[in-house]
Amino acid sequence: MSALSMGSYGAYVWGCFALTAAVLVICEWRARKRHKIVYRDIEVRVKALGDTE
Amino acid sequence: MWKFLHKLASPPHFYRIAENMLPWFAFPGLLLVGYGVYAGLFLAPPDYQQGDAFRIIYVHVPAAYLSMMAYMIMAISAGIGLIWRMKLAHAVSAAAAPLGAWFTFLALATGSIWGRPMWGTWWEWGDPRLTSELVLLFLYLGYMALRNAIEDTTKADRASAVLALVGAVNVPIIHFSVEWWSSLHQGPTLVKKGGPAMDTAMLYPLLAMIFGFTLLFGALLLRRVRTEVLYRERRKRWVRDMILASTGGSK
Repeated sequence: MSALSMGSYGAYVWGCFALTAAVLVICEWRARKRHKIVYRDIEVRVKALGDTE
Repeated sequence: MWKFLHKLASPPHFYRIAENMLPWFAFPGLLLVGYGVYAGLFLAPPDYQQGDAFRIIYVHVPAAYLSMMAYMIMAISAGIGLIWRMKLAHAVSAAAAPLGAWFTFLALATGSIWGRPMWGTWWEWGDPRLTSELVLLFLYLGYMALRNAIEDTTKADRASAVLALVGAVNVPIIHFSVEWWSSLHQGPTLVKKGGPAMDTAMLYPLLAMIFGFTLLFGALLLRRVRTEVLYRERRKRWVRDMILASTGGSK
């Protein structure tokens, strides 16, 4: 329980750690998403070119 | 060494090697951060003045350090791209900006949350450290806005590189602001004459968090640079061949 309350600073301490975890997850998720979008766009274009050749 | 660097600067080579390098950054980074979080929250003793609120240091300091390091990476690679016209350098610069902006936001937010119980305020406009860190966030946002506003990649690279280099002057201002001017923000704790002003029980988790965050930042940067390289080289033959090979198509 004392770990949760952090000497009455619990909301500040846990809030900061939660925010940090959220930012790291968002950074990773956005990086993966952007790579997937770019890769898929190129894949579609390459396949379309292949079909017309 | 030069031969290795020259080879690494080649986009197809970098794209492949970066994929193999990613786990070497990500897994040790996660282990170090895991240890740092556990030791920082549960093993380190409370500070004699700040009590348990000092534990915010374990996320605030790595975020603040990376906010400046990301800018230096962005500015140095922009300079290299501008002078030596190295394509990969511009890709690194463009990829570092959003990460730097996120870490700057994190440093500002955690600093503000820490400031509320310690200083009695969320924000102080007259404080040089807080204001110069906010300027850093605006520099990142301006850099990204400038890149997005210019359609031609080569022109966007050049214009944003100039902005990145000019803005680099803000990084030493952030670092030395607490020494040059009077500030609510505490002075240097780790990098100071006579060694770090912390007990080892508090110091080791902090060092683990700083190194762990750096490795995770490295992994995120590698992933973003790979995407940037792929986008810039999307019309090149090696990309076409790679995609055809992965989908089982013929060349």
